[in-house]
Amino acid sequence: MAKAEDVTDWAGLLIRVRDRQDRAAFAQLFRHFAPRVKGFLMKSGAGAALAEECAQDVMATLWQKAHLFDPARASVSTWVYTIARNKRIDALRKDRRAEPEELDWGPEPEPDQAEAMEAQQDTERLGQALAQLPAKQRALIERAFYGELSHSEIAAETGLPLGTIKSRIRLALDKLRHHMT
Amino acid sequence: MTIRHHLSDPLLMAYAAGQLPEAFNLVVATHVSLCDDCRARLGAFDAVGGALIEEIDEISMGEVALEAALARIDGLPQATRAEPLKPAGIFPAPLADYIGGDLNAVRWRRIGGGVKQAILPTGPDASARLLYIPAGTAVPDHGHRGMELTLVLQGAFADDNARFNRGDIEIADEELEHTPVALAGQDCICLAATDAPLRFRSVLPRLAQPLFRI
Repeated sequence: MAKAEDVTDWAGLLIRVRDRQDRAAFAQLFRHFAPRVKGFLMKSGAGAALAEECAQDVMATLWQKAHLFDPARASVSTWVYTIARNKRIDALRKDRRAEPEELDWGPEPEPDQAEAMEAQQDTERLGQALAQLPAKQRALIERAFYGELSHSEIAAETGLPLGTIKSRIRLALDKLRHHMT
Repeated sequence: MTIRHHLSDPLLMAYAAGQLPEAFNLVVATHVSLCDDCRARLGAFDAVGGALIEEIDEISMGEVALEAALARIDGLPQATRAEPLKPAGIFPAPLADYIGGDLNAVRWRRIGGGVKQAILPTGPDASARLLYIPAGTAVPDHGHRGMELTLVLQGAFADDNARFNRGDIEIADEELEHTPVALAGQDCICLAATDAPLRFRSVLPRLAQPLFRI
């Protein structure tokens, strides 16, 4: 998948949203992510109108909470996914969603450009690894993330490639270990 | 703080996928608040969602969606970066949110033998409660249906197999029949969640069960 947009520096755009309220940067993020969030919500069972409304909410949250984004720990896609997932729980299940508290060392004000790109590459590598999985395993992962597997089904499912997932994402782990006291 | 009993990969994945009942979500978020190791592992499972979002079939937004979004953010204040509020008490932020404060905000009910509990308001698929077990006291002998997560917030407990300190999580399933005992020194406070009612092996607590919703 060598589309030109794959090399866009999403983290850089989001930091412009955070630091300069840059509307052009927001528009670029919106054009890329809003249709994906809508697609995700519809795969998870939402109708088109609800999915559109929720995708709008997700993008508004991205604008409002940009200061919480830590480019060294997660790619923008991963961060957008977590917002969309929480929105799905809100809208479709009407549950409260408990989130871990923020780390007290928080995002660094001047993120290291290399680290930020590394998080994005981590996600891309994981995407490639998922694409190369046997069809059955990949289908299981998609079913889990699109809300078709219950937690007990996930727990009982031995075909999930949990090792593959963990071995592709080194960055989050190393970064946290580095900060641990 | 050294945490020795962690969340399992399937639990972290189910949390990342948004598939846990609310009560389990609360326990996972509370443990992750205390455990950087599980936070990092959770990061890997969240990234699966990120990778899927990149590959997913896009569904076009409505024609004026971008204009609507730009108009909307005009009126939206951006939160500024603030030091996160690290609760001073024994409850990490997600749990303090549910309780509406720390230990002194808990409304305990006695359930016998000095043991107290407080049921937390969660969705119907699983229930969550705080347990207060005086130091040196055994939790009534019980087995489990379904799955039970127990996270230590203060003090420690041990069963035949292991010792659990603050931050440690015990994952019990149907096979486990045990007698956890709060260790001497400090009263033990735990957050527990289960997707089935506990069954007690002696007659009396079983009769009391509907009364106390445990």
